[in-house]
Amino acid sequence: MTTAAKRLPRESRPADVRGAGFDVEKVRRDFPILRRKIRGRALVYLDNAATSQKPQVVIDAMRRYYERDNANIHRGVHFLSEHATEEFEGARRKMQSFLNAADASEIIFVRGATEAINLVAQTYGRAHIRAGDEVLITAMEHHSNIVPWQILCEEKSARLRVAPISDSGELLLKEFENLLGPQTRIVALAHVSNALGSINPVQRLIAAAHRWNIPVLVDGAQAVPHLKVDVQALDCDFYVFSGHKVYGPTGIGVLYGKSALLDVMPPYQGGGDMISSVTFEKTIYNKLPYKFEAGTPHVAGAIGLGAAIEYVNGLGMDNIAVHEHELLAYASETVSAIPGIRLIGTAKEKAGVLSFLLDSIHPHDIGTILDQEGIAIRTGHHCAQPVMQRFGIAATARASFALYNTREEVDALVEGIEKVREVFA
Amino acid sequence: MPDLRELYQEVILEHSKAPRNYRELATANHRAEGYNPLCGDHFTVYLDLEGDSIRDISFQGSGCAISQASASLMTQSVKGKTRAEAARLFDQFHKLVTGQSPANGSRAELGKLAVFSGVSEFPVRVKCATLAWHALHAAMQGKQETVSTE
Repeated sequence: MTTAAKRLPRESRPADVRGAGFDVEKVRRDFPILRRKIRGRALVYLDNAATSQKPQVVIDAMRRYYERDNANIHRGVHFLSEHATEEFEGARRKMQSFLNAADASEIIFVRGATEAINLVAQTYGRAHIRAGDEVLITAMEHHSNIVPWQILCEEKSARLRVAPISDSGELLLKEFENLLGPQTRIVALAHVSNALGSINPVQRLIAAAHRWNIPVLVDGAQAVPHLKVDVQALDCDFYVFSGHKVYGPTGIGVLYGKSALLDVMPPYQGGGDMISSVTFEKTIYNKLPYKFEAGTPHVAGAIGLGAAIEYVNGLGMDNIAVHEHELLAYASETVSAIPGIRLIGTAKEKAGVLSFLLDSIHPHDIGTILDQEGIAIRTGHHCAQPVMQRFGIAATARASFALYNTREEVDALVEGIEKVREVFA
Repeated sequence: MPDLRELYQEVILEHSKAPRNYRELATANHRAEGYNPLCGDHFTVYLDLEGDSIRDISFQGSGCAISQASASLMTQSVKGKTRAEAARLFDQFHKLVTGQSPANGSRAELGKLAVFSGVSEFPVRVKCATLAWHALHAAMQGKQETVSTE
């Protein structure tokens, strides 16, 4: 067994914390969708890396905003506008404390991780990257952390470099470090791989890049639901995540950036809220964070995400991590014991994701048969086609876990896979 | 609730494991690729057209059981047929897998292809069943670019 939970004697397992701080059955009652029946069976939702379900407190917070508090922000002198502004800025402070950012003005609300990466590529990237320069990413990136850099490199005649990964899905650290150099202008890498679940040692990688004075963007879309993130301890220059993967609504996400960088970056989109004065001759841009928030933002989304982060904080990220770690270890053990199973992504440090193949059965067929059992997984290339190419496969079946998943659901997954084997026997 | 056995019928499973006419066709004068970006299914259909009739047909590629079996059975069904007959069969097949009632007598025309009737209960799998047919359609029209089901 490769997991810490398995190596430790029973009495000292961190999972024992679960009894004191984490009651999964109680937690499940917070998520109304988990009471749904799918095709006559209890929903077993194991597609959390695609999007997570929402607790009642998030749904209520958004509903309350629209029912009682709806008004535009940063504009009105009237009661509701002032109140909505306070709620929106309150959500920003919750994001600051969630990531341990030094200042709330370093939190930019965006649509999601994808928009955040595009923002950095199109502002910092366009201002700093010239012909012959290099952008360094890794072989385990989601398309959203590849394509924005390709667009930039194409425009600037710059070069996209890719740090390789091992057969177990771990970043090759020496190779990564060897690719850093005076020509490297920015590094962009996933904190946790969405297709493999590998956790990258980002602190070490950031330190290596900083020795060359290269700024680092960390794609935290798959990390924030599972790990405690401290952007000051990591010393990352940019950190991005999507709200909907951490129990918040769709259409809202966060770009964290060090204020020294954000201050000198050109704006992304022009419009209202991002200006301090406009004449036809000259426009003075607003201060941070508003410089990067043109137009009326997703106020309800930010408030919903604020409620989601409060919910996660209430449960305790450490408790969530212990619960999920135990669950992933149990799933890895039981699924890999099924004859014909091949796990894709067997890094020592993993979070949330179990990607697998079964004999030569196409993942799409696995997905259809599991769906008949009410089990929702993702099948396909997971928007990470280069990862599939690295392993010489077209697709995988991926079960991904959240704080509300249980060992019984893992058992249901195992039974479902057995059913797939029967159909294809 | 749709029945899995309706979808994964024996004939389909058998063809997915041992697809017929699975090779590159040396005499091919038409070819086209079909690609489903959603699941990564990717097929090349090779055609040997003599005048208006399909003298020979083969395919290669990878995909799920439904798309593999559909490609395999398609090659068996259209071999020796004219372009118009193959196009008509595609139309009947499409109606079958999308649950539209086929014209009188067309069930008999579909022959073995009728095993795909269960697909109509699984709307997301319609693209799998029709991928090779879309490639055949493109090949018969002499199109070179990859056809996509998206």
